[in-house]
Amino acid sequence: MTVTDGIRSDQQGLAETGAAEFVSGPWQDSINLRDFIQRNYTPYLGDASFLAGATERTTGIWAKLSAMFPVEREKGVYDIDATTPSSITAHKPGYIDEANEVIVGLQTDAPLKRAIMPFGGWRMVATSLETYGYPVSPELETIFTDYRKTHNTAVFDVYPPGVRRARSSHLITGLPDAYGRGRIIGDYRRVALYGVDALIAGKKNDRAELDMEPSTEDIIRAREENSEQIRALKELVQMAASYGSDISKPATTAKEAVQWLYFAYLGAVKEQNGAAMSFGRNAAFLDAYIERDLKAGTLTESGAQELIDDLVIKLRIVRFLRTPEYDDIFAGDPTWVTESLAGIGEDGRPLVTKTAFRFLQTLYNVGPAPEPNLTVLWSDKLPEGFKRFCAQVSIDTSAIQYESDDLIRNEMGDDAAIACCVSPMRVGKQMQFFGARVNAVKALLYSINGGRDEVSGKQIAPATAANTDEVLDYDTVFPAYLETLEWLAETYVTALNCIHYMHDKYAYERLEMALHDQKIIRTLACGIAGLSVVADSLSAIKYATVRPVRDETGLVVDYTVEGEFPAFGNDDDRVDAIAIDVMERFMTMIRKHPTYRDAIHTQSILTITSNVVYGKATGNTPDGRRKGEPFAPGANPMNGRDTHGMLASALSVAKLPYSEAQDGISLTNTVVPSGLGHTKDEQVTSLVGLLDAFTSASGYHLNVNVLNKETLEDAMEHPENYPQLTIRVSGYAVNFVRLTREQQMDVISRTFHSH
Amino acid sequence: MTAINLGFPSVACPVVVEHVDLSVDVADEISALNDVDRKAELHTLEMKAIREGTVASVHSWELVTAVDGPGTRMTLFLSGCLLRCQYCHNPDTWKMRDGLVTPIDDLVARMTRYLGVFKATNGGLTISGGEPLMQPAFVKRMFKEAHALGVHTTLDTSGYLGKSASDELLDNVDLVLLDVKSGLPDTYKKVTGRELAPTIAFGDRLAERNIPVWVRFVLVPGLTDAVDNVEAVVDIVASWPNVQRVEVLPFHQMGEDKWDRLSIPYPLHGVHPPENDVLTRVRGQFEARGLTVF
Repeated sequence: MTVTDGIRSDQQGLAETGAAEFVSGPWQDSINLRDFIQRNYTPYLGDASFLAGATERTTGIWAKLSAMFPVEREKGVYDIDATTPSSITAHKPGYIDEANEVIVGLQTDAPLKRAIMPFGGWRMVATSLETYGYPVSPELETIFTDYRKTHNTAVFDVYPPGVRRARSSHLITGLPDAYGRGRIIGDYRRVALYGVDALIAGKKNDRAELDMEPSTEDIIRAREENSEQIRALKELVQMAASYGSDISKPATTAKEAVQWLYFAYLGAVKEQNGAAMSFGRNAAFLDAYIERDLKAGTLTESGAQELIDDLVIKLRIVRFLRTPEYDDIFAGDPTWVTESLAGIGEDGRPLVTKTAFRFLQTLYNVGPAPEPNLTVLWSDKLPEGFKRFCAQVSIDTSAIQYESDDLIRNEMGDDAAIACCVSPMRVGKQMQFFGARVNAVKALLYSINGGRDEVSGKQIAPATAANTDEVLDYDTVFPAYLETLEWLAETYVTALNCIHYMHDKYAYERLEMALHDQKIIRTLACGIAGLSVVADSLSAIKYATVRPVRDETGLVVDYTVEGEFPAFGNDDDRVDAIAIDVMERFMTMIRKHPTYRDAIHTQSILTITSNVVYGKATGNTPDGRRKGEPFAPGANPMNGRDTHGMLASALSVAKLPYSEAQDGISLTNTVVPSGLGHTKDEQVTSLVGLLDAFTSASGYHLNVNVLNKETLEDAMEHPENYPQLTIRVSGYAVNFVRLTREQQMDVISRTFHSH
Repeated sequence: MTAINLGFPSVACPVVVEHVDLSVDVADEISALNDVDRKAELHTLEMKAIREGTVASVHSWELVTAVDGPGTRMTLFLSGCLLRCQYCHNPDTWKMRDGLVTPIDDLVARMTRYLGVFKATNGGLTISGGEPLMQPAFVKRMFKEAHALGVHTTLDTSGYLGKSASDELLDNVDLVLLDVKSGLPDTYKKVTGRELAPTIAFGDRLAERNIPVWVRFVLVPGLTDAVDNVEAVVDIVASWPNVQRVEVLPFHQMGEDKWDRLSIPYPLHGVHPPENDVLTRVRGQFEARGLTVF
């Protein structure tokens, strides 16, 4: 059997039951979601007036969950199944309110009950259980320490000493060597469009081809992965069957399409505790089914909204068991169920559908929430009605983020989606090896101190001549910095190669990869933290007078700065050029080193919330930043130094070339509501204009918060009054009240642009 | 000058705005002089250039949205003001000599950089201060350059120096943000230290020329909030048919830091922002005459 047979026979089946057929095309001959969407979606150019509110059913389900959230917030977790290692089929079906749910399926047998996923590493499971007061099963401990090697153990088997040193000195942090790497988007739509039988048939075709290849290491691995993928797909069918659905065949209605799509995603989050478990780009796909049912009269607008509301409710309660240390790096229990909306197609038609509106509408129907991470692929060419609705939702909820559709489309076409915060990838055709980030600030301090750590005094980087000047000279400091960065780049790529070799071996994402093509693009996603501190520090050295302060061992522990220097974030080329130079050079250095599975080198300028822990581990810097003070998040200018307005600040960041940071450049901005205008209408117009201006200037990503500082301060004092207060941090959104006090203070100390 | 709320947390480090970049000829001429003479000569040359409008004494620039005119604007804050408003938020813009002397070419270059921004947001250039009409030659040139580039122009002024604005200057003004700081001459004098009449005269002139105006009135409890003072402002403003909107700005205390830093005694220490009912009453006074109030 071929893929084609399965689909054709089903299309005939549809015709027999009287449902209108989809427009046929190459998507029927091989897996080609883009072709299906392009032939079958209906662009929507109007405004938000067609949208339906929440039904009583929807409100009822959300109320049931909302009653459970305070307990979860208090305890850290609502409940844990501490004895069942999770898999696609490990748990019995679970429901929130079985009689009333339109879309069904939970990760375990009850809502908010977290599963254990020990294949990434046993230590993380055991620590989490101990933290939350659950017993650690001795039997499982034996299995996952004595009998079953985990990803975490394997990585440490192969790390060279340089990586260990860089890791323990916080020069490289947040590496996915003790937790799931995530950032892989399965093309979950495939299950709905083709049914699992056809997908298995496709995988068997791939296998037949692999069997004809000589048995090299690569081919053997590919064959094993292929077998694992087919096994996972079969388990997925079983899991759906336990909920009473037969997903071996294509979805025939909008409701089935949403349900099949969700089952596919659910299978992934039952099995993998990835740092980011993103959802893809599903709105236009689902819209084709919804439009068809609406036309046939078998679905109403209210019914359509209910489907999306119920789906979104499910996505909001995806939970993973994680440790408090993990929370330092990724604060607020994020899952990054990122859904990418809108954008413009390659043919110029907007990929805006009514279902893109329906996704945004959930923020009204069930209130603001951080997940799913709703991401609008923004272009100034988007229809005005959609632009204005986005801006309105941002102003009302602060829950959405924006990425440049033009930059992403030019690079990856019009069926790419964001994984996590800012990482674009072609859905089902590309995955990344997530690499967290290096502390570029610490590297600068090392280069001044001959490779010694400015806090511990230990020799971490290879010993070089320490700077002995009384006044720092740019022409001495900068070449020394480049030398340190060269070593760092090599050490970093080494670490990532070790990690991903072992992740593939011991914690392979078989279901997510089953929903990819056989031949895919892989990227090695490196990253930089602290770019603005580096730029300002080098600017201070170049334009002001910076004197190092040494302790008795000759270690530089502080700097005095005399005179003025331009700071990043003011659209001032003198310093912005330094930031660009550092980032371009580091990318070039990264590219020198061969990668596991020939992954393409990329990097991001993104910190998630690790800007706080990175800052904590980093000493005084030449820009005047004090030891322990947080860095700015992502590519943000340092707080308070961007004095020429929000857009000037954004334009500095927009200069960082996307070509040298194809894994994304993150900017988070907060503006007070009155800073956008007097009336709501004026505010919406202003925000649309700002987004157009930013993306037209090649800005890549913008998190927009529209908030008053007082609101946040009040929420710190009275968290019980703000259960749904959502704020965008660095590439994702969080419930503000779930951040630690330290992280809350960091958010409040950031620049609030008043116009 | 108007109540400008920069609204940022204190600046962690000083930021250089622009370099003084006098032409090579002038630089050569100056470098030939001794130190004392050089200082004096530099000053003379600068003052000459300011009078001619080829340079401006600039406090700062900012890209702002939803204040200082429509859309996102490049607002130039010029240094120098003759008024000494008790509620001034930017006492650091009072003295022209405190500004950074900046060639007009640099400022035009920066404005040109933001043409895309202006287009995307229906914004433009706003010249504020300080009091921009302290440097009328520059304002005239700059607005002319703006119009040549198709950029919308806004003048943010108290109107006290309205006489300095030539007809030619006003030819290139698309919108005026006019501060009417009080309606009663005595109160005006108390608030600003100067006369009210020039502002009214300038407003009349703008009305004659039918240049759109947004009026601003800062409501300070105990200083400008008296019913008759507000009513007098309303009377003045209502006589100008070219007024598109009135912004009643509630006084706030965010300017006090700057007064302290400059060691100038702050006359409004301890004054609270106006109560909501007072704000509602004052807005109502304007609305009662058919004015659009924000």
